[in-house]
Amino acid sequence: MSNPATRRKSIRFCGRSFLAFVLTPDPPIYAWLANLDEWSSQFAGYFAGKPVVLDVSTVKLGNGAIVHLINELQRRNIRIMGLEGIEQSELGPDLPPVLKGGRAVTVAERPETAPDPKPPQKESASLLLESPVRSGQSIVFPDGDITVLGSVASGAEIMAGGSIHIYGALRGRAFAGLAGNSRARIFCNKVEAELLAIDGHYRIADDIESSLRSQPIQAWLKDNEMFITPLN
Amino acid sequence: MAKIVVVTSGKGGVGKTTSTAALGAALAQSGKTVAVVDFDVGLRNLDLVMGAERRVVFDFINVIHGTAKLSQALIRDKRLDTLWLLPASQTRDKDALTAAGVAKVIAQLRQKFDWVICDSPAGIERGAMLAMRHADAAVIVTNPEVSSVRDSDRIIGLLDAKTLKAEQGERVEKHLLITRYDAVRAGKGEMMSIDDVLEILSVPLLGVVPESQEVLRASNIGAPVTLSDASSAPARAYCDAMRRLKGEDLPMTIPSDAKNLFGKLFGRRAA
Repeated sequence: MSNPATRRKSIRFCGRSFLAFVLTPDPPIYAWLANLDEWSSQFAGYFAGKPVVLDVSTVKLGNGAIVHLINELQRRNIRIMGLEGIEQSELGPDLPPVLKGGRAVTVAERPETAPDPKPPQKESASLLLESPVRSGQSIVFPDGDITVLGSVASGAEIMAGGSIHIYGALRGRAFAGLAGNSRARIFCNKVEAELLAIDGHYRIADDIESSLRSQPIQAWLKDNEMFITPLN
Repeated sequence: MAKIVVVTSGKGGVGKTTSTAALGAALAQSGKTVAVVDFDVGLRNLDLVMGAERRVVFDFINVIHGTAKLSQALIRDKRLDTLWLLPASQTRDKDALTAAGVAKVIAQLRQKFDWVICDSPAGIERGAMLAMRHADAAVIVTNPEVSSVRDSDRIIGLLDAKTLKAEQGERVEKHLLITRYDAVRAGKGEMMSIDDVLEILSVPLLGVVPESQEVLRASNIGAPVTLSDASSAPARAYCDAMRRLKGEDLPMTIPSDAKNLFGKLFGRRAA
């Protein structure tokens, strides 16, 4: 005798965090916009299609001024998905939502002076593990590469912002290019992995060709497709 | 000053208690004073395997709570006067084990004995973590099958992270004891080979104990297998394992197919 409404399939929710750029205008706004235009002329389309959050904590702006600023940015192909540094109660209903709990991350930024088409040389950061990674251990290093001299056991996880190098067998899961680095690769001496992932693209064990099993391999991304090929 | 050894595995039913009793009795036979300690509060079994279940008056938890002295709770073995048992409490659960209480009891045992062998409960919860907490060495008991091997790998990770030695920047000495090994089934590929297990766990091999009716018979009569029939294959494997635990360098005997009378001798110690 249950109500049909209660039997309806429940809606699934899940939390997920994404990387967004935060623009922090400083007064006077017209000068800041002029500065932005000058910068954009060097890096045309830098913000196009990227999620951008506007931090208004450094400027005291009313509702009307915020709407104006958002329109100005929209004209420059910068779409504002959220606001930071202001209370939701101070905002009109037509403004983007207020985001809270943001944490700073370092993003490879183009140098302001000499425009250079190549990505900048980031300081080399890497984590070296000299002992095997055991089942149940999770090694996370968002700042660069991880090198493991031993094996990575079934049920263990390696997560790196950069590439992953495993000199033993990989039997667990490897996630390279965590913060959106599609140039990251996974190298291992013996692949028996449960899962390989680069920049969100992944292959599970069943998707790895059986001829590659227990072989030395590398995995990389090309046009958002993962390739796994033998080393040597 | 005793050496504290934890016998652990992660998975249940692989032979921790049998191995604790067998290694403890073998060490005692070699003239050392030995205490075997049951950490499996609420599911105690070591007293049965040691044949002391009718003589338990006070237990580990009584000593932790101060309602009994350690000397009142320790039960001396009837066959070997250098072998002692500290039984667990059957009516309590693992929450009755406190970190400070365990530290106090282990410190007292360390003064009294040459070897203290701690029989860990299965799992990775409180009982297992406290059993490994004070260990100088660990015997990781593994059956040659995938779930047991993976659980052992997890335990090895915890031994390297959650023990006192690990927190002080030292390493717990680790030894792998493969039990219930069936040469016939391994030959047919129905069981993992010793090499596969060693390759995955990369821990030095302490010994390989064959699957045997003798182990079951011994625990039914309440005797460590090394005492019930010292000439049986599992008893010999445990005696060799005990000598390696003491630091002797013996060639490794892998139990082989019964048709192959002399067996194979391997001089290997894994990396």
